[in-house]
Amino acid sequence: MELISPTELAKEKVVSVQHYTFLAWRSVANLFRTPRYWTDMIQQADLIGFGSLPIVLAACFFTGAALALNSATTLSRFGALSLIGQLVSLGIVRELGPVLSGLVVAGRNSSGMASELGSMIVTEQIDAMRALGTDPMKKLVTPRVASTVIMLFFLTILGDLLGLIGGNVVASLLLGLDSHQYWSNAWQTLVFEDVFMGLVKPLVFGFIIATIGCYYGLTTRGGTQGVGRSTTEAVVASMILIIVVDVFVTRLLMILLG
Amino acid sequence: MAYPPTVFERAPVRRAGAEGNAVVFEDVAMSFESNPVLDGISFRLALGETKAIFGVAGAGKSTILKLTLGLLKPDQGQIYVLGQDVTQMEEEDLFELRRKIGIVFQESALFDSLTVRENVAFRLMEEGGTSEDEIEQRVRESLRFVELEHTLDMFPVELSGGMRRRVAIARAIITQPEVLLYDSPTGGLDPVTSTTIVELIVKQRDVYKTSSLLVSHRLQDAFTMATHYFDRRENRMKPLPPGSRTEVPMNFIVLRDGKVIFNGDAHELAQSKDEYIREYIS
Ligand SMILES: Nc1ncnc2c1ncn2[C@@H]1O[C@H](COP(=O)(O)OP(=O)(O)O)[C@@H](O)[C@H]1O
Ligand SMILES: [Mg+2]
Repeated sequence: MELISPTELAKEKVVSVQHYTFLAWRSVANLFRTPRYWTDMIQQADLIGFGSLPIVLAACFFTGAALALNSATTLSRFGALSLIGQLVSLGIVRELGPVLSGLVVAGRNSSGMASELGSMIVTEQIDAMRALGTDPMKKLVTPRVASTVIMLFFLTILGDLLGLIGGNVVASLLLGLDSHQYWSNAWQTLVFEDVFMGLVKPLVFGFIIATIGCYYGLTTRGGTQGVGRSTTEAVVASMILIIVVDVFVTRLLMILLG
Repeated sequence: MAYPPTVFERAPVRRAGAEGNAVVFEDVAMSFESNPVLDGISFRLALGETKAIFGVAGAGKSTILKLTLGLLKPDQGQIYVLGQDVTQMEEEDLFELRRKIGIVFQESALFDSLTVRENVAFRLMEEGGTSEDEIEQRVRESLRFVELEHTLDMFPVELSGGMRRRVAIARAIITQPEVLLYDSPTGGLDPVTSTTIVELIVKQRDVYKTSSLLVSHRLQDAFTMATHYFDRRENRMKPLPPGSRTEVPMNFIVLRDGKVIFNGDAHELAQSKDEYIREYIS
């Protein structure tokens, strides 16, 4: 194995972060410049949104159910089993819905983008596109970022709903609680801050997923093996970033919203 | 320079670039991760001229074409394309210039998720302002030029290597660019397909007077180009009448160790005393 000096390594990392920042910035800036690629955006939205829908729904449903089961043990100890609707609701809407949907879409689409763009790099299709006078940032990156952000937002809302349904199924079938009470508890406990936080997170996560996927795809080096490496790295990086950024977004919004 | 009369039926109407040149390299140097590839390259491609670039694998031939398009930036030197210095241009401005240049990549680089029709139409679709009917008509025309009209709805993976190369040529010429760059267009192809492609390049040169850089490792093909012209009436490539010399705008460059060691016409190349070149062309 080749040994790289720590300063070289640090320099490399700094340059990578610079490149990533540039890509992330351009992907947004291009939204305000022509040409805009609506068809590509719709195609991506279809791929990301409807492709991930069943997995997101299933993941959220079962997590809601498991959350209800786990909370039941604790709550019954205090004789407060009726509060289960509130607990599931807060947990899902503020935290689990956005993070789970984000992780599912990261696993599916961050890797998809990295491998697709990576293959295009190693077969010179990206060079060909630039040579034909088309900006890959505009045609490939911006539509992916925009549609991931929008679709993850709606996926998360549906995921939240399924999570609550999962909790409800457990509460009424296994714990014998009143379904009506579950839903009114779940609904009434939510305040603006909870909903706002739950809806801001998917926007941030969607941005992370698409920009990371595109970044690793477009920086692919070294043939098919390189494509495989980019794909893995994209999934790992986007998942870790989602989990870490989640903490910061949560804290930041808490401060901002008092 | 005298052209055979049959070739020179139409006066070449060309927008003049830097002093009548399509491409100018001035003392260009380029290295990849401290591995020097080009070390002070200078040459000029006149308007309407076709210049073949030779060199062993890894000599930097593809790099020269990518530099011409501004896909890469040199470490040193100036590159003028149609009068504009591509080394000083931002990517954003380069897209405009690139629309006047066509390139055929070594491995064709067709978009594999698009059909042949969509690949060839790509440029017209991107530029916008052309009706669907006209795009269809021009795609067909362009594919007819490379004799592949029947592949319209196929995907690149369904084509043979030679067919892909020809689709790539169709994609490059659909807007009739002022400059064409061919990267080893005949590499790895059988002699029959190679001849078809050579004929296409000669046709571009003699019928459309396109300025081109042609990377090649098959000297034979380039010599064919230097000794043939395209007869528009018979619609085929024909040998130049005997006794004529350098009557088609075709020249040669040989690269070695990052430098241009030869720059001249076919006759001069054949007469060269340089040992390396003698070995190369034998
Ligand atoms: N993107 C790149 N990164 C690193 N090295 C490269 C890159 N492109 C080309 N090279 C190196 O530059 C040299 C010249 O490459 P190239 O221009 O493709 O040669 P040719 O087309 O004459 O065979 C080769 O040694 C190749 O390894
Ligand atoms: Mg090459």
